[in-house]
Amino acid sequence: MKTSATELELAIQMDEAARVAHQLRLKRDRQDRNGRILKHIFLIIVSCVMLYPLFWLLASSFKPENEIFGSLTLWPSEFQFENYTKGWYALPISFTVFYVNSAIVTGLSVIGNLVSCSFAAYAFARLNFNGRSFFFALMMMTLMIPYHVVLIPQYVQFLNLGWVDTYLPLVVPRFLASDAFFIFLMVQFFRQLPRELDEAAMIDGCSPFKIYWAIILPLSLPAMGTAAIFSLIWVWEDFLAPLIYLNDIKSYTVPLALRLFLDQEGQSAYGQMFAMSVLSLVPVVIFFVLFQKLIVRGIATSGMK
Amino acid sequence: MKRFFARNAPAYVFLLPWLIGFFLLALGPILASLYLSFTRYDMVSAPRWIGWGNYEYMFTRDRRFWKALEVTFTYVALAVPARLIMALGVAMLLDKGLRTIGLYRAIFYLPSLLGASIAIAILWRQLFAADGVVNQVLAMVGIQGASWITDPDTSLYTLVVLAMWQFGSPMLIFLAGLRGIPRDLYEAAEIDGTPGWRQFTRITLPLLAPVIFFNLVLQTIDSFKTFSSAFIISNGTGAPADSLLFYTVYLFNEAFKFFRMGYASALAWFLLVIIATFTAIAFFTSKYWVHYENERD
Repeated sequence: MKTSATELELAIQMDEAARVAHQLRLKRDRQDRNGRILKHIFLIIVSCVMLYPLFWLLASSFKPENEIFGSLTLWPSEFQFENYTKGWYALPISFTVFYVNSAIVTGLSVIGNLVSCSFAAYAFARLNFNGRSFFFALMMMTLMIPYHVVLIPQYVQFLNLGWVDTYLPLVVPRFLASDAFFIFLMVQFFRQLPRELDEAAMIDGCSPFKIYWAIILPLSLPAMGTAAIFSLIWVWEDFLAPLIYLNDIKSYTVPLALRLFLDQEGQSAYGQMFAMSVLSLVPVVIFFVLFQKLIVRGIATSGMK
Repeated sequence: MKRFFARNAPAYVFLLPWLIGFFLLALGPILASLYLSFTRYDMVSAPRWIGWGNYEYMFTRDRRFWKALEVTFTYVALAVPARLIMALGVAMLLDKGLRTIGLYRAIFYLPSLLGASIAIAILWRQLFAADGVVNQVLAMVGIQGASWITDPDTSLYTLVVLAMWQFGSPMLIFLAGLRGIPRDLYEAAEIDGTPGWRQFTRITLPLLAPVIFFNLVLQTIDSFKTFSSAFIISNGTGAPADSLLFYTVYLFNEAFKFFRMGYASALAWFLLVIIATFTAIAFFTSKYWVHYENERD
């Protein structure tokens, strides 16, 4: 009898404990939910503040000139598509030319980056050779060097070659793996692929180039994609190198053309300037939306800017 | 010998583009720039050796050089902590308790991707203009805003705000780092009744130290190199009153506006020394405040 009394007591205690635990859990869930809602509200406010400048730019590109300044509303009283059509031809040369120029420079640079950096990365990550760690350390050190330090001798070099006012100074360095960041990114990825693949292929008589082409590259599409998107966006936005090497307005890229608007700022063509600014960002935003996952993963694994 | 060749030849073929690039675009120019920094060179006549002349002028007589250093260091000292605190704060909000963060992550990252473009620099000039958006918002709460861009006392802050706006990539790196902290540490702390801020100082900060260190080095180097936005916002000159005379803008103007290539090379080499020093300091002091997880046991 005694035992059953203890059992009963125990049962009651356990029941009590379960009830308390349940209540605690309910309370925590409630707190969690309240916390979540608060967090969402806060994050939405931060998002709005972050995006407001971009929306303001977009809205202003459609506004009549006298509405751009002096009001915070984002909705234009009437949509002024003229800003776009006029802005396109506002400079001595039409933006068609600038976009073609930018597309040429960007396209060639992306190809150059992908080919030369994946070559180097393949050697560093998958091949054994004398001097590997030495050269790898050198490569990592070049990541730190500011472009400004090599700028002047490079300029003198390219000037002597007669390359100034051509796209060669912008494109050729990319075919020589000058953006070492991408080598680093690809090395990180290539290293994760199983070694057995190379060994098996080697036994089957594959050359190192065949292994690179038929095994490593097809398995590394995410890394190649990340590198392609980043180099596309960076080259598209690049300002310093075109500023130095391109003097003839016919060869200007889009960022240089945008700067011309600033020189005529007094003439109050803000709407047109904003319209062309918006257009220059469109390719970047489209690529970001399409390849967001690759971009996010790329940064998290390599710490790119 | 033959085996040595067979072992190395394929690798060096793959390495060839980078090797050529390394010698012609990195090592060569760095040494050339060191040489030029001891000369007077205007690109018309041949470089003329003047010994330490450029450096002597730089450190003892060039007031704009000191101004450029002051502007750049002030910027780095304000922009890097501001950006990292934003990044860490938002990353911590996103890390815990929310189920879907994809959209926020995208929104917060977008400015980092666009921020380097000329379009955004142009936009920034207008946002902070005397009749711009910022002052209208301030006017609503009854504050008379400054003429941010044209006032030498405030112009640098517009660039600090631009830097803060671009906290996206350190945020993503912090997020990845926070994901690596074991959840049960927080649960244990919760059971012990440890308050939130102590969980932050005792768990989050120490375990995140390597990531913070990484971000700090990366962002500092990056901030020293700031060019396009400063160039556009200051009309290419560092105006008003040299308050936006970033080191890189000064260097650019000395080289490509006044064609003082020798002097600009000296400036460039000093920039390299500054960045190398900061990187070295960060690495040598890191053992005192960065503890890597696998070192402890």
